[in-house]
This record gives sequence, structure tokens and C-alpha cells, in this order.
Amino acid sequence: MNLPDAKIPPGPIEKKWQTWLDQHRLVGPNNRSDSKVIVIGTGLAGASAAASLAAQGFRVESFCFQDSSRRAHSIAAQGGINAAKDYANEGDSVRRLFHDTMKGGDFRSREANVWRLAELSENIIDQAVAQGVPFNREYGGQLATRSFGGVLVQRTFYSRGQTGQQLLLGAYSALQHQVASGNAVVHDRHEMLDLVLVDGQARGVIVRNLVTGEIERHAADAVILASGGYTNVYYLSTNAMGSNVTAAWRAHRHGALMANPCYTQIHPTCIPQSGEYQSKLTLMSESLRNDGRVWVPRKPGDDRAPTDIPDQERYYYLEERYPAFGNLAPRDIASRAAKVVCDDGLGVGGTGRGVYLDFRDAIAERGHDVIEGRYGNLFEMYENITGDNPYETPMMIYPAPHYAMGGLWVDYELQTTIPGLFAIGEANFSDHGANRLGASALMQTLADGYFIAPHTVAHYLTGDREPVSTSDSAFEQAEDAVESHITRLMDVDGTTAAQVFHREMGNVMLDNCGMARNAEGLERALTEIRAIKRDFWSDLRVDPGRDEFNQSLEYANRVSDFLELGELMCVDALRREESCGGHFREEHQTPDGEALRDDDRFAKVTAWEYRGEQGDPVPHDEPLTFENVKLATRSYK
Amino acid sequence: MIPVADFWNSTVGKKTVVAVTGTILVGYLILHMVGNLNSLFGPGGAEPRVDWYSGWLREIAEPLFPYAGVLWLARVILLGSIVIHITGVLQLNSRNRAARPSRYPARRIGRSWESGTMLVSGLLVLAFIIFHILQFTTLSITVTPLEHGAVYFNLYNAFQEWYFVVIYLAALVLVGIHLRHGIWSLVQTLGLDSPARNRGIRYGATALTLVIVIGFALVPVLFWTGVLGAPETEAAIASLAGGTA
Amino acid sequence: MKFKLEIWRQFETGEEGHFETFEVDGIDPEASFLEMLDQLNERLTGEKRRTVAFDSDCREGICGSCSLVIDDTPHGPRQVTSCQTYMRDFEDGSTIRVEPFRSTSFPVIRDLVTDRGALDRVIQAGGYTGATTGPQPEPNSMPVAPEVQERAMDAAICIGCGACVAACPNGSAMLFTGAKVTHLNLLPQGQPERANRAIAMVDQMDQEGFGGCTNFGECSRVCPQEISLDVIGMLNREYRRGRLGKRPKDPPAMRAQ
Ligand SMILES: Cc1cc2nc3c(=O)[nH]c(=O)nc-3n(C[C@H](O)[C@H](O)[C@H](O)COP(=O)(O)OP(=O)(O)OC[C@H]3O[C@@H](n4cnc5c(N)ncnc54)[C@H](O)[C@@H]3O)c2cc1C
Ligand code: HEM
Ligand code: HEM
Ligand code: SF4
Ligand code: F3S
Ligand code: FES
Repeated sequence: MNLPDAKIPPGPIEKKWQTWLDQHRLVGPNNRSDSKVIVIGTGLAGASAAASLAAQGFRVESFCFQDSSRRAHSIAAQGGINAAKDYANEGDSVRRLFHDTMKGGDFRSREANVWRLAELSENIIDQAVAQGVPFNREYGGQLATRSFGGVLVQRTFYSRGQTGQQLLLGAYSALQHQVASGNAVVHDRHEMLDLVLVDGQARGVIVRNLVTGEIERHAADAVILASGGYTNVYYLSTNAMGSNVTAAWRAHRHGALMANPCYTQIHPTCIPQSGEYQSKLTLMSESLRNDGRVWVPRKPGDDRAPTDIPDQERYYYLEERYPAFGNLAPRDIASRAAKVVCDDGLGVGGTGRGVYLDFRDAIAERGHDVIEGRYGNLFEMYENITGDNPYETPMMIYPAPHYAMGGLWVDYELQTTIPGLFAIGEANFSDHGANRLGASALMQTLADGYFIAPHTVAHYLTGDREPVSTSDSAFEQAEDAVESHITRLMDVDGTTAAQVFHREMGNVMLDNCGMARNAEGLERALTEIRAIKRDFWSDLRVDPGRDEFNQSLEYANRVSDFLELGELMCVDALRREESCGGHFREEHQTPDGEALRDDDRFAKVTAWEYRGEQGDPVPHDEPLTFENVKLATRSYK
Repeated sequence: MIPVADFWNSTVGKKTVVAVTGTILVGYLILHMVGNLNSLFGPGGAEPRVDWYSGWLREIAEPLFPYAGVLWLARVILLGSIVIHITGVLQLNSRNRAARPSRYPARRIGRSWESGTMLVSGLLVLAFIIFHILQFTTLSITVTPLEHGAVYFNLYNAFQEWYFVVIYLAALVLVGIHLRHGIWSLVQTLGLDSPARNRGIRYGATALTLVIVIGFALVPVLFWTGVLGAPETEAAIASLAGGTA
Repeated sequence: MKFKLEIWRQFETGEEGHFETFEVDGIDPEASFLEMLDQLNERLTGEKRRTVAFDSDCREGICGSCSLVIDDTPHGPRQVTSCQTYMRDFEDGSTIRVEPFRSTSFPVIRDLVTDRGALDRVIQAGGYTGATTGPQPEPNSMPVAPEVQERAMDAAICIGCGACVAACPNGSAMLFTGAKVTHLNLLPQGQPERANRAIAMVDQMDQEGFGGCTNFGECSRVCPQEISLDVIGMLNREYRRGRLGKRPKDPPAMRAQ
């Protein structure tokens, strides 16, 4: 199998998307209701795509595993969304946003995609405002912006610390509007368990109704996966409990390639872990780094209260190491810096895995009220969780797995290697390269969902297809496969909950495929994951009863896919013998500990092909070309 | 007329109607209380102030309306309000009970005690009103002497008996309970509340309730304690004479 | 820490439920309530007993999935979501009662899991602006005073958890519905559908079998987002204006400036 063409339109980068739009085929308004599109996921990407396609007149069936489409994980995004509107009059532009994103991603993304993303960013804000998203406003009523890690302009739009929630509720309500108009149907508490291919085209899905346990078949003319990221493979992450890789992984097993799976983002500002029992880590928005200063005591093992440590005995390591960006260094850099100081024994908190994020100076300078206005709800949330008051004592933070830059390989039209199967949002390998800048995931999910997929999917729908019905043998086979996977999970009948295996595997992943990786560790991880997998299949227990509400079955099923994904991530990390963005191979670093890229060998996307449970995955490379940015060592000093 | 039906059929519409009728009833109560306070002018010779007032009520706008016309109009509005108020309340109540599974844990989460007993306090007030009209309007409860048009005389006699005083004071407590939540509630229902105003409105509701309750209570208490003297009208003398005979 | 848990067990919708008692030990005070239940479930799995079903997803108080009535109070004692309730808030050795959110409109699916689809249907009735995807006006051409944005945001942060319904002695969804109507009706973008929105949403709310509001105020006291009762006043007002056909008057704060 060869990697198909990425279908990037010819011409100068500024014109590519317009060129594509001008030439794509259209479906007439009267014919649209003849086509049906399945959208898996109701996060920002899924809800916006479903609402937009339904509004155009296509029939849309949308699925999510939560009890309401409003609860998709996008709801948790806090900090904001980027757009090159230059309201702050700083000379920001599409080109600058493009450039920052390319550089932020350590030159491991496709130029054409990133440019389009930057170009569409403005429309997203307009769209969201029209839906009633209450972005913060300046006095005078104009939209407010702030700055975020990795950039020197204020282009981040926000709704207090609940930007994701407000954007999602906007997309959700647009989708509910379409449900009311009869163009879309939302199936909540339904989980996609398999993809159905007919004549090599994606023509439907097998889903499990999580309330009744019934296995259902749904046929369509195209399928869009907007199933989110897989960072929960680390068990402890900032993702929601239910976030999983199942939909993408099942597509992968049918031939959709998985690109750059090892690129994961470890977010620098999360509340540190406090105990074994913990089920997830809570992110504190990166926007806090706008006003908070990050430090650790200079003396190892200094156990004075942070407020008692005088300034000269504090190590403001980001400000010292990266004077230009200081506390606003990009995430991969800030995270690794925290790991380094903690490895050196300077870490604080019970586990020694924590650094301070201090607002003392900001409060002194700007006043309590201003800080409260900016971060009040985050401070409250922090206090709720830890019992400490950040107005009085510095926050404690530590990096945590947060975002998957890798995902299903897609071309410029966001189509995977399976015709008719599209992947959008965090589920695709997307536009962020090896590291995502803050506030750009929301931008990408919505660019994909509102403005790209609705056109590229429509374009695809003009092609030839036979009508299919759910009684087709392909559906039968897929359903049988799903049933037998469930039988396999239920028949193990051991004594250990899926959560236990998940936790074990998460620890292995974090230790060996986390903020820093090396060949030896990755090899070890592969062995350990395989051992956990064996244990899983010999000692798992799920509650009896497949034809009913059964959360332990849902969980076990997701973990079974994580176990396979974890392996692939390590394999990918092993093969990429360079350091770039979130992927830091210890063998490849500069003398002062910065990432060392190898552009000659690795300026490319690696997309993996599935070769069966026993077979080894096969890599395919898509070379990356750079015509509009200069490949440079990424410096934030 | 359809909109009116829709309005009445929705929970929000019905609740609004309950609030509007409640407001009318509160309005009446205030007027009634002020009217009653006329008795504080005392027996006042041949025509006690309160008797004059009662007569005036019936003679208002007389050339235009027949005798007691305005009074009857008011009575129709009042009766209508009470009927609508109670119908609305009962319908809402059955709907609300249906919305709640029967095994609902009855924990109160800061809900005021008054708000939880509106139906009971309201129904007891209704019982009182019936009794009260039988006593002072239709003059049917003749435990103590009653005379048409002789309000002061009627009140004086009734409130010489401790049990009437107790019944009226108890009724006033119930009215107070109903109004303390009711007055704040109607402001909220009518959408006049706001976070900035809420505290003020809550205090205002309590204050108005106190004014109404105390205003009413003065009458029986002052009669009972003898501060307000015996009536001196002809009817009184005649009745007293009859009584002693 | 050690607790005795009385947990509501119900196999499926319509079935009679009952309380089952469990003891848990060795609980870290910093564990969240849901993590405590996770631990219980891991143990039950080992004992080959059926685990306790409960909803959760984000576990940071924003998705609105978690929905436990803890000691007779929706979400528990601290007016935060169930997932943000920590065991340190309970007395060591105490007995804790755990139930699902109860309302006729929220049928129990299993144990502590309910179907809150009725809230989605209330949104379907009118909880949106009519804007479909496509070119939109430049946002700064319709300025919104920060005070108005703040008020809209105070309402818009509702997480749709349904605790207000579970707390209300009338099973009323007025706080939820009021929050959405307040959010959209305050903003210039929400004006075209303004009059109709409140009517349609209230009618749907009634059809779903939610009770009416008698101003108990308990909803707001359990709401993890501290949505103010004011939104109910706003809903009443907007409904009346819409229904009685009066052209809605813009509140002064909302005028473009
Ligand atoms: C705590 C946190 C804060 C963040 N803050 C920011 C920020 O400030 N700015 C920013 O730009 N980005 C932020 N991000 C990243 C951003 O939120 C996500 O990348 C983005 O929301 C992903 O959206 P999505 O639509 O792709 O997927 P999701 O929102 O994860 O949605 C996935 C959907 O797929 C459904 N689904 C999944 N699998 C299945 C299946 N098998 N069957 C059926 N349905 C399925 C789920 O039900 C869900 O509806 C943050 C992320 C986190 C974790
Ligand atoms: C101590 C308190 C009260 C006293 C002394 C009092 C006295 C009277 C008197 C004397 C009348 C007859 C007036 C007339 O015929 O001109 C009357 C009528 C009436 N009162 Fe009261 N009252 C009291 C409290 C109340 C309360 C609390 C209510 C309501 C809750 C009430 C409701 C009425 C009504 C409905 C009528 C009939 C009015 C009519 O239709 O003419 N009263 N009252
Ligand atoms: C006669 C029998 C009465 C009954 C059964 C009754 C019952 C009730 C009940 C149950 C409520 C609460 C309803 C709600 O909050 O939605 C209520 C509200 C109210 N009642 Fe009454 N009531 C009665 C008489 C009165 C009287 C005589 C008055 C005035 C003097 C009155 C004034 C009010 C007011 C102001 C409210 C508040 C309305 C609101 O909440 O918006 N009621 N009544
Ligand atoms: S109003 Fe509050 S309690 Fe009700 S659904 Fe919204 S957030 Fe939950
Ligand atoms: S508790 Fe219920 S009665 Fe109204 S004020 Fe809240 S909805
Ligand atoms: S689990 Fe999301 S709010 Fe509690």
C-alpha cells in the first residue's frame, strides 16, 4: 500500500483553499436530502460539522457516548481560541498565525493545512458570536483578547475560563436547532464499535446502544469521525474519563492509517497528582502563565513555606532560560523544563513532582480585583480541588498528558485513506505538527467542522456509490466481529477491573513514552505493555449482562484498544530518531538540553498501517515540504 | 382568546395569574386593614368613625352606581380573584406532585419554612375568610350580638370574648405566614426581582407582612384590653337593654 | 478514612429500587467522591459482584455528567458537582446515602444513572440563535457592553446537570430553562427569536412533565454554577412578554452604544 496523494491544490499558499473551493463539485439543494452522513462525536468538531451539513440539507446522524451531546470533552477547554483578527492592533496577520503555528509545531506539519487554518480562524469567531457565544468584551463593547503560550501577540479570544464550554454550547445548540428542524438525529449513549466498508468505501457503522446493549447498524454515504483524542492512553491525563481511541482504532484496523501516534502533548500547568486512587488530572489553564511566575526553590529539599522563601533563593527557571518568552514559553518547552528541575531534586509538594506558579507579583502590580477578574473561576477551581488559596500561596503545578497531535492520517480534504471516511478535530493527525500551541485546538476543531468538512464531504458525496442497506453482508460481518469481541471480553471472567489494567499501562506509557523518551525505555515499554495485554486477556472481569446498561463492558472495550494503541505509540517513538516538539528523544538533544531535530531524515509524517493483531505495523512516510517558512531551530530564548 | 388559554395552561402563565390575583388580594387586605383602623377612633358618640366608614363604602359614587354598587363590584373582583388564585394553586400543586417521584427525600435545602407551607396556610386562611364573612358580613354567627351597619358595636361585642380574639390572632399569624413568602414570591414571579434588589425585596416583604398583621391585630387586641370603650349608639344601648332584660 | 455507604440500586427503568449498604475503608481524604466509588467498584469486581453504575466524564465540574444525590442533597454538601466533592468533606466513619437525581422527567436507567434527555429537548425547542453556518457580521459591529456580557455569561455557564430539577420540591426545570433564556435574550444576537424562545422552551418544559416553580429557591442553592434565581424572574418576564404579544422592550443595559 502506498500513501495516497495529500491532494494539496496547486498555486500560491494564499490561494490554495480558495482554489479548492472554486473547483469542488456541488450537490444541488434538492438532492442533498438523498445523502446521509454519519458523524461520530459531538465535540466541537463533530457538532459543528453535523450542524453545518444538516443546515445545508444533508441528512445527518450524529452519535456520542455521553448521555447528552452537550457533554463532549470539548466542554472542558478553558483558555481560549486563536484568531488572526488583529483587534489588538499589533500587526497580527494570517501569515503570522500561520508562522507561529508552523514554528510551534516544530516544523512537522503541512504548510497548506496550517495556512488554511489561519485563514479560517477569523470566520470562526464571527460564527461563534452569531450563535450567541459570550466572548469577553472590553469597555466599549469590543471583543477582548489575550496572549497565550508561544506567541508574542494577543490573539486569543475567550469566555472567562470556559471558552470550550461556550463554543461547544454554541455548536451544540446549532445542532439541536437542526434536530428540531428534522435534518439531524442525535443518538446519545451510543458508542461506535466498528466501521462498515462496502466496496472499499466507508458506508456505515456498528454502534452499541449503551442503555439497552443492543448492537445497531447504521448505513450512510459517508462517515465522519470526530471522536476526539486518545491521551487517556496515559490513564492519568487531563482528558475526560470517557475519551478513548476506539472509533479511530477500529477504523485503523480497517485500513485507515494512523499518523504520528507518538506526538503527545504534556501540558505544563496541571494540578499535581496527590494519590494512587486518582482518576484524572485537572488542567489549570495555560492563560495563568500570563500573570503567574513559575519557580522552584534554588536549594534542593527546601521545605520552607513558599511565601517564606526570599526572591534571591527562588529559581525562576523559565525566565532565566528563555528570556524572550519567559513564562510564556510553549508547552513542550515549559513541561520539559519542569521535569528537568524536578529531576534535579528541586521539585516541591509531597511527591517532589511539582513547581510553583506564583501570582504574588501580579497581585501586587495589578491588584487583587484585576487578577480575580481574569482568573477568578480558575482560582476557585484550584482551591476546590486542593484546599489552598492561590491569592495567598502559590499554586503547585506539574505537567500532565493532555493532547494527541497524532491521529488518523487525512489528506487536504480531511479524508482518511479509506474513501468516504473523514476524520476531523483531535481525531485526525491534524495541523499541529509535533506540538500544539495553546488555543489552537479549538480553532482547528471548528475550522474542520464549520468550514472544511461540510465542503469536502459534500464534494465527496457527488461521487458514484451504490445504494446500500443495513442487511448487506458487510454489515452482518462487522456486527459479528463486534459481537465476538464483546464475547471475548466477557468470557475472560477473571477478577480484575479494566481500570486496573488501564492504570498499569498508563504508568508504563508515562514513564517511557512521556515527556522524555529513549530507545531502551521504549523497548522496555513494549515488553511491559505486551505483558499487561496478556494479563488483561486472562484476568479481566466485566459485569455480566451484555444486553443491558453495562459500564464495565464499555470500559473494558476501550482499554482493549488503548493496549494496542500504546504499542503503536512506542513503535512510532522508537522509529523517530530525533527530538521535535512534544517528542523528546534523550539521545537527540543539544548540549543545553534543547530538542534536536533531524530534518534530513525526519521532515515527514509517519503513517502506520495495521497488519493484524500479530503482525507488525508498517510505516508509510509523507515528506513535508516547506516553501513558506524557513526551517529553523526553534528558539524561544 | 387562544393566547389566554395557552397562557393559563402553561406553568409559568398559571403562576403569573396566581401572582396577579395574589396581588389583588394583598391590595384588598391593605385597604381592609386601613378601613379597620377607623375603629381606633373609638366609640365616638352616635356614629363611630368605623360605622361611618362602612356606610361610606356603600354610598361611594352613589349617583352613578346604585347603593353598594362599588362594594359589589369589589366583591366580585375579590371573589373572582380568590377562586382563580385557588384554582391556579391547586392545579399547579397537582402538576408539581406528578413531577416528583413519591419517594423524594424531603430534605429542605435552605427553603424557607413559609414557602413549604403555602398550600396549608392558604387553605386555613380560606377557612377563616368563610367564617369571618359569616360572622361580620352576613351576621350569621350570632354568639355575640350583631347589628346591621353597626360595625363598631359588632366588633366590640365579638372581641369581648377571648376565643374570638384567639381565632382572629391565629388567623392573622396564618395570613402572615402566607404573605411573608407570598409577597416576595409575587415580585419574583412577576419578574421584578434582581440580584441587586433581592435582599431589599425580601426585607420589604417581611416588613409589609408585619405592618398588615400588626395593623389588623390592633383591633381585636385593643377591644379585648378595653382600650377601646363600649359603643354608645342607639343600637348598642337597645341591645344592652335587651341583654339585661 | 472509612465510610458506610447506602447506595440506591435499581436494575432498570421502572423496576423497584432499594438501598444496599457497602462499607469502604482506606479512603484517602483527598479522593473525590467518584474516586471513592471507583475504589468500591474495583473491589466489587474482584468479589465478582455487580458494580455500581454512575455517570461521570470530565471529573472537573464542567461537563455536567455526574449526578449523585449525596445525603439527600443533589451533588452533595458543598454546592459543587459530585465529581468535585471530596471525601475530606465527610466525617470519618459516617454513613453516607447516595441516590440518583430524582424527578419524573429523569427516569432511572440503572442505579445512579438517569436519563436527562428532557433537558436536551427543552433546548431543541428554542435554546439557540437561528444563525446557521456561513458568513456572519463582524462581531464588533454589534458591541456588547461588558456588564451585559457578564450577565449573559453568568447564565450561560449552566452545565445542564439537572441538579436544580433534583433539588426542586416541584421537580421544576425553571433554573435550567431560565439560564438559557437569560443568556440568549440578553445578547443582541439572540433578539430575532427572543419572544418565541421563552414560550417554546416553557411549553416544552411543561410537556416533559417538569413541575412549575413556586419560588422555593432550592435549585439555586444546589446549582454548582451558582446560577441566580434571577434567571427565573427573567424567564417569567420574557414568557409573559412573548405570550401577551407585547413587543419585548430591550433592557437598558443591552442597547448598542
Ligand atoms: C482540560 C482541557 C483544556 C483544553 N483547553 C483548550 C484551550 O483552551 N484551547 C484549545 O484550543 N484547546 C484546548 N484543549 C484541547 C481541545 O479541547 C480539544 O482538542 C478539542 O476540544 C477536541 O475536540 P473534538 O471535537 O475533536 O473531540 P471531543 O470534544 O473530545 O469529542 C469527542 C466526541 O466523540 C465522541 N466519541 C468518541 N468515541 C466515540 C465512539 N466510539 N462512539 C461514539 N462517539 C464517540 C464523544 O462522545 C464526543 O462527543 C483543551 C483540552 C483539555 C483536555
Ligand atoms: C382582626 C382583623 C379583622 C377585623 C376586625 C375584620 C373586620 C371586618 C368587618 C367588620 C367586616 C365587615 C365590614 C362591613 O360589612 O362593612 C369585614 C369584612 C370582610 N373581611 Fe375582615 N376583618 C379582619 C381581618 C380580615 C382578614 C385577615 C381577611 C382576609 C384574609 C378579611 C377579609 C374580609 C372579607 C373578605 C370581608 C368581606 C368584605 C365584603 O365583601 O364586604 N378580614 N371584616
Ligand atoms: C384562600 C385560600 C388561599 C390559598 C389556598 C392560597 C394558596 C396559595 C399558595 C399555595 C401559594 C403559593 C403558590 C406559588 O407560590 O406558586 C399562594 C401564593 C400567594 N398567595 Fe395565596 N392562597 C390563598 C389566599 C390568599 C389570600 C387571601 C391572599 C392575600 C391576601 C393570598 C396572597 C398570595 C400571594 C401574594 C401569593 C404569591 C404569589 C406568587 O408566588 O407569585 N393568598 N397562595
Ligand atoms: S442551572 Fe445549575 S443545577 Fe441546573 S442544570 Fe444548570 S448548572 Fe445544573
Ligand atoms: S427550587 Fe423549584 S420552586 Fe422554583 S425557585 Fe427553584 S424551581
Ligand atoms: S464529571 Fe463532569 S461535571 Fe462531574
